Amino acid sequence: MTVLTLKSQLQAPLEAGVIVPDRFAGNSVAAVAGMPVTYGNEAACLGDFFKVAGAGSTEIVLEGDLGRVKNIAAGMTRGKITVHGDAGMHLGSEMRGGVINVYGNVGDWAGSEMKGGKIHIHGNAGHGLGGAYRGSRRGMNRGMIIVEGNAGNEAGAVMRRGLIVVAGNAGDFAGAFMIAGTLMVFGKLGIRAGAGLLRGTLVTFNQPELLPTFCYDCSYSPSFLKLILRDLRLQGLSISEEYITGCYRRYSGDFNRLGKGEILVYDQR
Amino acid sequence: MTHSINGVEIEDTFAEAFGMWGSRVIITAVNRKWAREAASKMTGFATSVIRCHCEGAIELDLKQTPDGRPGVSVLFFGFSKDSLAQQLIDRIGQCVLTCPTTACFNGLDAGDKVSVGGQLRFFGDGYQSSKVIAGCRYWRIPVMEGEFLVEDKFGVQPAVAGGNFLILGSDPGVTLQAAELAVEAMQHVPGVIMPFPGGIVRSGSKVGSRYKFLKASTNDAFCPSLRGVADTDLPEGVNSVLEIVINGLDVQSIEKATCEGIQAACIPGIRRISAGNYGGNLGKFKFYLQKIMEETRRNDRTDA
Repeated sequence: MTVLTLKSQLQAPLEAGVIVPDRFAGNSVAAVAGMPVTYGNEAACLGDFFKVAGAGSTEIVLEGDLGRVKNIAAGMTRGKITVHGDAGMHLGSEMRGGVINVYGNVGDWAGSEMKGGKIHIHGNAGHGLGGAYRGSRRGMNRGMIIVEGNAGNEAGAVMRRGLIVVAGNAGDFAGAFMIAGTLMVFGKLGIRAGAGLLRGTLVTFNQPELLPTFCYDCSYSPSFLKLILRDLRLQGLSISEEYITGCYRRYSGDFNRLGKGEILVYDQR
Repeated sequence: MTHSINGVEIEDTFAEAFGMWGSRVIITAVNRKWAREAASKMTGFATSVIRCHCEGAIELDLKQTPDGRPGVSVLFFGFSKDSLAQQLIDRIGQCVLTCPTTACFNGLDAGDKVSVGGQLRFFGDGYQSSKVIAGCRYWRIPVMEGEFLVEDKFGVQPAVAGGNFLILGSDPGVTLQAAELAVEAMQHVPGVIMPFPGGIVRSGSKVGSRYKFLKASTNDAFCPSLRGVADTDLPEGVNSVLEIVINGLDVQSIEKATCEGIQAACIPGIRRISAGNYGGNLGKFKFYLQKIMEETRRNDRTDA
């Protein structure tokens, strides 16, 4: 296990895309400390900002307020990263495998365009969670993101596959332009949820303000939701039995586009 | 040395069994009644691969299922992966998809997979959709009642079919009672099924017939009514014979089921336990009755 402890509070953003199990594995402490990073607009080494303990391995622990450290675990394919504190923008972006646990909040674009693996955020997430970068054709494409707090705007936007779960509230345009996949929000949704939904599923447990381009279908108990919710229990989330056995109002849309998407709203009757 | 249990002779012979491909299907529903309803329909006309193209039966009532609802597991066996896949598609499509409240899951973690839900999805006529949950793909097929959920691929693995033993009794009543007790004991063994009605066969067969168009015909050597006209394998005092046929996902499961079944069947009025074979020339697997019983006794003593 490699432990990186932040030496002092950062005054500028630190681009640290090297903090990836794939890069650390098999390297000595000195080699890890010498890995290149960018602090503000200056080239620097990882060891300038972090105390490194343990040779490079596929299990990395980060300690300190890393709210200004960007690109942690970007593109990772294996291993495990645990962050005790906040993490900056682009956490786990484009990752393909492995597990990230953050015991704090994360910045914008966490898990954006990821293609596999799991991110578990025990605090809040910023905007663009699991989304697509501007100009990209698709966002998250496989994998799982769990946010135990709230998420910002455009969570799951242009998502292609995978599962995003937000235990708290989600901002505006949640699931906008989703191609497929599942976005589940246990709290409240912001405005224009599911705008431009092509396919895919948006699940919510509070009645949202729906766009007029969604049509009510029926109230029923879809079996696939039982599987997802039971799997979330295994992930450590507290899921009420009523959510598993209960009924959901199904709205199909967005009829501005293909109209093969759905918003499932837990029916509290 | 003569082997016996409760005074019932265990003949020094073996059951001859064949290699097949096996699968396990899990059916869940709103309650056990509807899960069993779908399972019993699905396993109808699935006694012998010779004419039914597959063999299948309910394996167990399940306490834990993928969606948390009441469910049962069903085992199916076929001569090849392709024929088994086609049977699964046909039977799930006609008997499970049609049954109220059901969902259908793969129950076998095998390296080989066949597409089942991936074929049934077309019933959705373009309105079907899929979800990948915990690494498995499921198809959601809209139906008039709501939605049918079926797993995309089902595992298949090499398995064993045709394990058996014969219960030779003094009269039909006690023979049937012994067979029922045997089946009851064997139904608790995971990984096996007894595909015939109630798990019991009264019409054991031999290979071939005097009629060229027939692959199998009555096992005349074990027919009490032919004792005087055919070469018989029946001892004195036997007036009825019933067979238990066992299919299993592996050899060990069949051995365990055979042992439990024979022990339960050895009641007063039963004269002998035998087995059906074809001289050892046709089947890949041989289950020696005495050896199975001895090994089980030895294991029991070790456990004690």
